[in-house]
Amino acid sequence: MATLTFTRDDRYNAFITMLDNAETGPGKLSGIGIAIKDNISTRGIQTTCASRILEGYLPPYDAHVVTLVKKAGAGIVGKTNMDEFGMGTTTENSAFGPTKNPADTSRVPGGSSGGSAAAVASGMVRMALGTDTGGSIRCPAAFCGIVGHKPTYGRVSRYGLVAYANSLEQIGPMARTVSDISLLMEVLTGYDPRDSTSVNCPYAHIPDPDIRGLKIGVPEEYFGEGVDPRVASVVWDGISLLERKGADIITCRMPSMAYALAAYYVTCTSEASSNLARFDGVRYGPPADTRQTWHESFQERRRDGFGTEVKRRIMLGTFALSSGYYGKYYAKAQAARQQVRNDFLRLFREVDVIAGPTMPTVAFRIGEKTDPLSMYLSDILTVPANLAGIPAISVPCGTSEGLPVGLQIMGPHFRDERVIDVAYAFEQGVSR
Amino acid sequence: MVSEKDVAHIAELADIGIEKEELAEFTGRFNEILDYFDILDQVEQGTRGGTDLVNIFRDDIVEDSLPGDEVLANTLEKEDGFFRAPRVM
Repeated sequence: MATLTFTRDDRYNAFITMLDNAETGPGKLSGIGIAIKDNISTRGIQTTCASRILEGYLPPYDAHVVTLVKKAGAGIVGKTNMDEFGMGTTTENSAFGPTKNPADTSRVPGGSSGGSAAAVASGMVRMALGTDTGGSIRCPAAFCGIVGHKPTYGRVSRYGLVAYANSLEQIGPMARTVSDISLLMEVLTGYDPRDSTSVNCPYAHIPDPDIRGLKIGVPEEYFGEGVDPRVASVVWDGISLLERKGADIITCRMPSMAYALAAYYVTCTSEASSNLARFDGVRYGPPADTRQTWHESFQERRRDGFGTEVKRRIMLGTFALSSGYYGKYYAKAQAARQQVRNDFLRLFREVDVIAGPTMPTVAFRIGEKTDPLSMYLSDILTVPANLAGIPAISVPCGTSEGLPVGLQIMGPHFRDERVIDVAYAFEQGVSR
Repeated sequence: MVSEKDVAHIAELADIGIEKEELAEFTGRFNEILDYFDILDQVEQGTRGGTDLVNIFRDDIVEDSLPGDEVLANTLEKEDGFFRAPRVM
C-alpha cells in the first residue's frame, strides 16, 4: 500500500469534493489518482450529483465501478463537478458553480462530465470516470481536448450510478491518451449481477493501430445543418488522415437523424420524471418537514433542492407520459429510437465504423447558451449512439479558432475494441 | 400549445413546487421545446416500437442487505429503526 497526496489547487472548479490523500494498492491502476464524477456512489464520500437536494449525502456503499478501480490499485482523488443529475451540455447547471475549460477559461468545458474532463485536461489527474446519457463523456472530452469513450450499453455496470435515464446511460473512461482509455476499459467491464442490464463481455485488448482495409462510413447528416463549417473542415482533415493510413472512406446516409434529438429528449425526460421522484427529503439530503403534509413537504423540498433545468426536464417527462399525450410523444419517440437503431444496424452491414464530428461547434463561452432548446440542439451528433446503445469514442483532432475539436468514432454493439483501435490509429498518426 | 395553467398542473402532478412568477418563463420554454418535438409526428406509424430485449430476472433468494443503521445514516428524521416521513393525510 502507498499513499498518494494531492494538491488542492482547483483553479477550474473541476471538483465538488477533493480528498487530501488516497490509498493505492497493487494492480493495473497501481499508484494512479483517479477522479470520479459526482453521480457515482462512493462509500463515505459525499455524492451530490451537483444538486442541493443531495448536499451532504454520504453513500453507504460503493458503485461497482468504484469497487473495481479501487481493487485495481487506483486512489480516488475526489468527486467531479457536473451538470445537476447530468442534465446539461456545459457544466453550468451545477449547484456548486460552473467548471472552466482549461483550454480557455472563458469557455465551458462541455457537459455533463465537465469536471472530469477539466481535471484530466489540466493534468490534475491522469484519468477520470464520467457518465454518458446523450454525449456527457464525449462532449466535454471534445471541448477540453482529451479522449472519452462511451462503452456499449451493458458493458459497464451501472450499479451505484444515481439514475437519470437508465435506458441510455453508461459509465465510461476519460483520459489524455487512447492507451489509458483502453487500460481503464479493462478494469471497468465485466458482468455484475446487481445491474440487470449487465452483459458478460469483459474487455481484454491491446490497441492495434493497423487500420488498412477498414471501411469507415461518414454520414452526410454528421456534416449537415448546424455543424460549424470550420469544425467540419478540421474533422474532414482527420478522416483524411485515417484514409492515408489505409482505411476506405465511404459516404452514407442516416435519415433517422431527423428524429433522433426529439426522440432522445422525450425518452430521457420521461425516464428522469420517474427516477427523480425518489428525491423527497425522507431518506437523504436536506430533510423533509415531517409536520407538513406529504405534498406540501415534497413540493417545498424539491422547489428549493432542484435547479431550473432539472425542474424543466421532470415536467417535460411528466407531460410526455401523461394520459392523452403518451401516444404523441413517448410512443413516437420509441418508434424513432428503433429507426435510429435500424439505421446503424444497416450501415454496419456495409462499414466497420462510422466517423464524424463529436460536437457541431467548439466550446461555448460561459453564459452564452441561455435558451434550453439551442442547448439541446448541440447534442445532435452524440445522442444517436445512446439511442442505439452502440460504443462511441471522441478523440482530439486539432483545433478551430484555437479551441479543441473532437473526432467521433462509432462502432457496432460490443465492438468497443474496434472504435478504440481506430482512435489509437488516429492518435498515433497525429503524433507522428 | 400549453398554457400557464397547464404548466402549473404539470408542476403539481410532478410535486415540483415552482413559483407563480416562474410560470411565464417555464411556459414559453415549454412551448418552444414541444414545437420542436412535433417533428415526431412525421415518424411512420408502421415503425416497430420497443426493442427485441427480454426481461432478466434473478431467483428470489434472500441475500445480505445493508445494516439498518447505515441505511438510516443520511436522515435526521428516524424512529425505532424506521424513516419518519411527512403526514400522508
